[in-house]
Amino acid sequence: MEWVVFLAAAVLAVGGSIGVVAARQPVHSAVSLLVVLVALAVTYLVLAAQFIAALQVIIYAGAIVVLFLFVIMLLHARSGEGLITKLPRQSAAAAIFAALYLAVLLLAAFGAAAPLRTPPEGFGTAQQVGELLFVTYLLPFQMAGVILLIGIVAAVVLGRRSPPGADEER
Amino acid sequence: MVPSWAFLALSAVLFTVGALGVLVRRNALIIFMSIELMLNSVNLAFVAFARQHLSIDGQVAVFFVLVVTAAEVVVGLALIVDIFRARETVDIDDVDLLRG
Repeated sequence: MEWVVFLAAAVLAVGGSIGVVAARQPVHSAVSLLVVLVALAVTYLVLAAQFIAALQVIIYAGAIVVLFLFVIMLLHARSGEGLITKLPRQSAAAAIFAALYLAVLLLAAFGAAAPLRTPPEGFGTAQQVGELLFVTYLLPFQMAGVILLIGIVAAVVLGRRSPPGADEER
Repeated sequence: MVPSWAFLALSAVLFTVGALGVLVRRNALIIFMSIELMLNSVNLAFVAFARQHLSIDGQVAVFFVLVVTAAEVVVGLALIVDIFRARETVDIDDVDLLRG
């Protein structure tokens, strides 16, 4: 049963990731990304990480992909790629190196894998993650808040229209 | 029970496809989505190792990756919009003033 769920999610994730990379329109890429994110949330459930799976759907699918879609709509018609590339041989080189890289990664993955044991009761629940987050990782948690604040400020500063007269310097 | 190598192999494949996207595509938005793909594959590896070692710390690491990703997406998309306003393009081949 777990295998069926995992294989379905894995096929969706790999197919979606190819869609992200191969799609002509950025909108299709964004929708493929959404498929990948939901499929990964399902694999998190198989891995007994309910809380992370919920976070994945809420933050990634709910916030980040929507943000992508907003920006794509904002830039829509003229946001394609030019016809001529300045680096014509890059695709072939990228394919070769990606294949080599995948081989290395797979070797490392098979080396690091170990048999799974049955998780204890309550493994991966919001309670358990929250306890660790608010006790052991309290300082990093506070820093995460500061990082988000800096992100908000940066977005406001970057998104501001430049005042009239400042256009010459661009 | 699905063994952990299956999850790690899926993570490796997703990371490679994301890296390939960054190398091959020239649309800044799609490159950015490929980066998201790589971050997600790393998250999957974190969760798989958390399950394998029965240690919840890996899932907390995923939480922090999510936070940093959210900030990164906000700033990155603001930069892309700003570049588009200034140069009317999101093709990175056209944005090469810093090229050596």
